[in-house]
Amino acid sequence: MSIHELMFYLFSGMILLFSVLTVTSRRILRAAVYLLFVLVSTAGIYFMLNYQFLAAVQLTLYAGGIVVLIIFSILLTSHISQKFEPIGVKKMVFSALAVAAGALLSIMAILDYGFDTVVTTSQNPDMELIGTSLLSYEKNGYVLPFEVISVLLLAAMVASIVIAKKEKSK
Amino acid sequence: MLSEIPLSYFLVVSTLMFFIGIYGFLTRRNLITILMAVELILNSVNINFVAFNRYLFPDQLEGHFFSLFIIAVAAAEAAVAIAIIISVYRRYSNIDVERVDTMKF
Repeated sequence: MSIHELMFYLFSGMILLFSVLTVTSRRILRAAVYLLFVLVSTAGIYFMLNYQFLAAVQLTLYAGGIVVLIIFSILLTSHISQKFEPIGVKKMVFSALAVAAGALLSIMAILDYGFDTVVTTSQNPDMELIGTSLLSYEKNGYVLPFEVISVLLLAAMVASIVIAKKEKSK
Repeated sequence: MLSEIPLSYFLVVSTLMFFIGIYGFLTRRNLITILMAVELILNSVNINFVAFNRYLFPDQLEGHFFSLFIIAVAAAEAAVAIAIIISVYRRYSNIDVERVDTMKF
């Protein structure tokens, strides 16, 4: 077994284990920390696929930004020692059945379909290429989505400030 | 080398992660845990895009940029969702989806 295979099984095992813990843990703060582990292992998979910029973005934005935001809002809205009451058996069984059926169907379809994969040279796209294609308006350029996403982020920022602001007491 | 691992292994991992996220979405009742399940779903889709890009079109960067933009949209979504959750908490002093039903018909 090579080092690549070993890394793949390690990361995917961590992803699956901690995803299950994220959705089943009865303490909310622990669920957030398990989510952090899932996101970090996903960054590991990106490193393994040799997309280093994307892995860095995943670490800083997802693991650093979103999880911290979620933990802050958990601390604002619930008691740390509080445990959720267990979900009903009927709801759990039916959700698990639906999910298992969907997963089985999709995995069968994936394994049945033969992808003609290119033998990868496995090179890392360098920063210069990423930067120029983000700002280029020719073929394979992404300047339009780049600008749209900046407007979207501004709108989201203004909207979240307006929504979360305290109303004036009259 | 990377070619020892077939593409379908990545797809199976991301499929399982997607459906675990859906399970959380269906069974959780706290709004923040539902948001965490949605993050799991978005993340599994990202793995799909990146694996497809590396294995099927290694000389282009479409999947790479798609995942970058998905991450940015997920950040915006999380910010707005948490603002709404805080606003709901201020009004009802809890964020259980079964107790916040004023607008239900």
